Amino acid sequence: MTSSRVVITGLGAVSPLGLTVDELWAGLSAGRCGIARIKAFDPTGLPCELGGEVPPYRIQDHVPKSLRKSVKLMCRDIELAVIAAKEAVANSGLITKGIDPEKANVDPMRFAINMGAGMISCDLEELGAATAASTVNGQFDIRKWGRDGIRQITPLWLLKYLPNMLACHIGIIHDIQGPSNTITCAEASAHLAIGEAAQIVARGSADVALTGAAEAKVNMMVMLRQDLVKRTVTGRNDTPETACRPFDTDAAGSVFGEGGGVLMLESLDHARNRGAKILAEVAGIGQSHNINPAYARMEPDGAGIRIAVEKAMADADIGPDELDLIIPHGTGVPNDDLAEARALEAALGSALNRIPVWPTKSMLSTTGAAAGAMDVIAAVRAMNRRTIPPAKNFAKLAKGCNLNIVTQRRDGAIRYALCCSHTFGGQTAAVVLKAFEGDATK
Amino acid sequence: MRTPNTQERVVITGMGVVCPLGHDVDTLWQALLSGRSGAGKTTIFDASTFPTTFDAEVKGYDFHKHIRHPELHEGCSRGSGFVLGAAAQACRQAGIEVETIEPVDGIDRTRVGIYLGAGEGSLDNDSFFASIIAGWDAKQQRMVWSRSNRMAVERMTAVRELEQEPNMAAGHTAMLIGSRGPVRSCLTACAASTQAVGEATMLIRRGQADIMIAGGAHSMIHPLGITGFNLLTALSQRNDSPETASRPFSASRDGFVIGEGAAILILESLTSARKRGIPILAEVAGYGSSSDAFRVTDMHEEGRGAVLAMRAALADAGLTPQDIDYVNTHGTSTAENDSIETLAIKTVFQDRARQVPVSSIKSMLGHLIGAAGAAEIIASVLAIRDNIVPPTMNLHDPDPKLDLDYVPNAPRKMPVNTVMKESFGFGGQNNVVILKRFIEL
Repeated sequence: MTSSRVVITGLGAVSPLGLTVDELWAGLSAGRCGIARIKAFDPTGLPCELGGEVPPYRIQDHVPKSLRKSVKLMCRDIELAVIAAKEAVANSGLITKGIDPEKANVDPMRFAINMGAGMISCDLEELGAATAASTVNGQFDIRKWGRDGIRQITPLWLLKYLPNMLACHIGIIHDIQGPSNTITCAEASAHLAIGEAAQIVARGSADVALTGAAEAKVNMMVMLRQDLVKRTVTGRNDTPETACRPFDTDAAGSVFGEGGGVLMLESLDHARNRGAKILAEVAGIGQSHNINPAYARMEPDGAGIRIAVEKAMADADIGPDELDLIIPHGTGVPNDDLAEARALEAALGSALNRIPVWPTKSMLSTTGAAAGAMDVIAAVRAMNRRTIPPAKNFAKLAKGCNLNIVTQRRDGAIRYALCCSHTFGGQTAAVVLKAFEGDATK
Repeated sequence: MRTPNTQERVVITGMGVVCPLGHDVDTLWQALLSGRSGAGKTTIFDASTFPTTFDAEVKGYDFHKHIRHPELHEGCSRGSGFVLGAAAQACRQAGIEVETIEPVDGIDRTRVGIYLGAGEGSLDNDSFFASIIAGWDAKQQRMVWSRSNRMAVERMTAVRELEQEPNMAAGHTAMLIGSRGPVRSCLTACAASTQAVGEATMLIRRGQADIMIAGGAHSMIHPLGITGFNLLTALSQRNDSPETASRPFSASRDGFVIGEGAAILILESLTSARKRGIPILAEVAGYGSSSDAFRVTDMHEEGRGAVLAMRAALADAGLTPQDIDYVNTHGTSTAENDSIETLAIKTVFQDRARQVPVSSIKSMLGHLIGAAGAAEIIASVLAIRDNIVPPTMNLHDPDPKLDLDYVPNAPRKMPVNTVMKESFGFGGQNNVVILKRFIEL
C-alpha cells in the first residue's frame, strides 16, 4: 500500500535575523532581536516606527542567469519568496531546473507549489511622478490621471503586485508544472498553504511540493494599516529590542516586519526512494474560524483557535501529553495573546502546564503571511537540534495566560511540536509536526 | 495525517450569485439565454479619460437588503458585500441557516467550511493619492516620507484599510454562516474561484468537511485596478460599443471587459446531502490544477499548462474527452487567451475537438476576475439542469484560425450531462473543474 505520509526534506528562510535558515536559527538561539527603527523609509510620524527588516541582499545573486531580467517584475515579497525557495530546494538535495538544468531530477508535472502571500501594497514612490502629473490645484484629479498619469507608469506594473506571482516566479525558476495555489489569509496563510500542500502530496496529485509564504510588510501603507487597527506597539520607538513582548505582563502590541519561509514537502515514498535526509513529518493540520460580531477582534475565549488545535491534534492522532513544544502565534497584542492562551488551555488541558511554549515574534517581528512559515521552520530546527532556546522579552506571565513559556534553554528530544496561527479577519490554523523516526509502518 | 481519503462523492446543493447580469441565479440564467450584455459606461469612478471607459458593473445592489444583520458588515468592500448576498441565497437553497447564533438546521458548524477565490478591496483612493502628493519631491523624484506619513495618519481610517485585505470576504462569509470548519481564501488571479471550488471539493473528499461554501468575490473596478489592466493592454478599448466589446474567439477581439461580482456554490458530501434530504443540483466530478512555469507575462505558446490541467481533471473524474458534452471556456476575448485555449482544447480533445460545443459567457457577463470561474460553474450547472448550452455572443467575424464550435450568438438546446469548466490566470495558473449531472449509482 502506498503511504500517504508527507515529510519535510528542505528548509529555506530569509528573515530579520538573516538570509538563511542557519542565520535564523543562530539568531533565535542567541535571543537576537531583528527589530529596529525602520530603514526602508523614514517612519517619522507613524505611531510605530519599528519594523523587522531583512538584511541587505542582491536579488540577482539568487536568480538563475537566464532569468535575470525577471527581477524587474519582482516586488520585495516576491524576492523574499524566491530567495527562501532557492535555499529550500538546495537543502532538499533535489535538483531542479533552477539549480542545474542539465542535472534536474524532479518531474515538473509531479511538482506542486502552494504559497501564502499577503495583500501586496504597491510602492508609493513608483507612483510619485504619475500622481504629481495628475493634480489640479494640489489635489488629485482622476481625469488627469486617466489622461496623463497612467502613461508615466511602467506597462507591466500590475504584475509586480499580484499575490500569486510569488508562486509563479518560483515555479518558473524551478520548473514547477503541477498544482499551484496562493493562499491569501493574512497571518494564517503559511500554515494553510503548508496544510494544503501536504494534502496535495497525500492525495497523490504531486510527489514533491514547495510551500510556505513570504510577505514584506515594511511599506508605509501596510505599517499604517496595523497602526490603525491598533495592533502595533506605540511609545516604545526608543527601545526596539524589548518592544514586542508576547504573553508578557508588559506586552503592549506587536511590531511588523518581513520575511520568507519555504519548505520542501515530499511523500515519504518519494523521499525514501531517493534516500533524502528527512527533517520532520507533517503529522496533522487543523483549521477553523474565529466568529466574533466585532469581527475585527479575536473571540475572547479563542474558540476558533481551540477548534483548529483540536482538529490538528486529532489529525495527528496524538494526545496533549505527546507534545514537547508549542510555537504559538503570540504577536504581543495583549487581547489576542490572551485569547490564544485560553484556546490552548481549553484544547490541551492540564498537559499545557508541562509543554514548553516558545514565542518567536519578540525576535522576528510579525512577518504577516510569512510568520507561520518561520515558526514551522524554527520548530523543525528545534527538533533536529533537540533544543528549545529561551523566549526573548519575557519576564512575567500576562494575567490569564497560563502558559509554560521557555525562560531557559531546554535540551532533549522533541517528538511532536505544535504551531498555531490566527489572523484579523478570522482564519485560524494549526500544524502538528513529528520528529522523523524512520518508521513507515504506523 | 490520519484523516483518510474518503470515496465521498461531492455534490452541489445550493447556488447564489450577484453579478452584472443580476442579483440572483435565475436572472443571470435568463440573461445568458437571451444574450444580454452586462457592459456599460463605468460609473463606479470617473473613468472618462482612461483608455477604457466601460466595464460590466453590478448595478442597483445593496447588501443591506439581502441579509438581516447588515450592521455587522458595515464598511465592507464591494466584493464582500456581493458575497454576503450570494452566500445567503445559496444557503437558503441548501437549507443552511444563516445569521443565527444557535442554528436549528442540524448541521454541525465545525463541519462547514469556506473556500473563496477572493480579491482585494479598493484602496481609499483620495487618501492614498493625497498621501503621495503630500510627500512627493518633484525635484528629487523621491518621497519625503515624514510628510506623506503625516497625511496618511490624518486621513486613513481603520475599517477602510482593513477591508482591503483579501481574506476579509471569507471572514464576512464565515460570520454569516457561523462556519467553524476549514476556511481558506486563495488568489490565483483569474483562476481563483475555480481553484476554490476544486480545493473545497478535495477537502470534502478528504473528510475534513461535510459542507463547503465555495466560490469567489472580487471587484477590480477601481482606479488602480483599471490602471493596471489598461497598462497591460488587456482590456478592450471599444469605448463606443461596450455591449459588443467582449467578443471571444472573433477576429476583431481586442481585450476583455472587466466585470465584478460574487458567486457561491454549496458543495456537500453525498452522505450529508442524502441525510438532509436536500435536492442535488449536480456533481463535482473532477478537478485539475497546473502551472505553466513559463513566463509571468504570457501563456505558454502551446497551452502546456492548460492541457495538463484539463487532463488532470479528466483523470480525476475518471472520464475521457469523449464523455464531455460541453466546454465552458475561460474565453476572455483577448488575442492570446482565445487562440491558446483553442489550441489546448484541440490537443486534449483531438478528433472530438470540432464536435464538442465550447462557449464563453464572458461575452455577456464580462470577466469577474477572481469570481469569474465560480459564476461560470453556476452557468455550467444550469446548462446541465436545462440541457441548454449558453452562447458565445458577439461572434460575427470568426477568427479564421479559431475553428471550434463556439455556439455563436444563440443558445443551443441539446443534451448536456457533463461539462468541463476551464479557468486560466496571469502567471500561468490553470484550473479545471468537471461537472456532471447527478445520477444515483
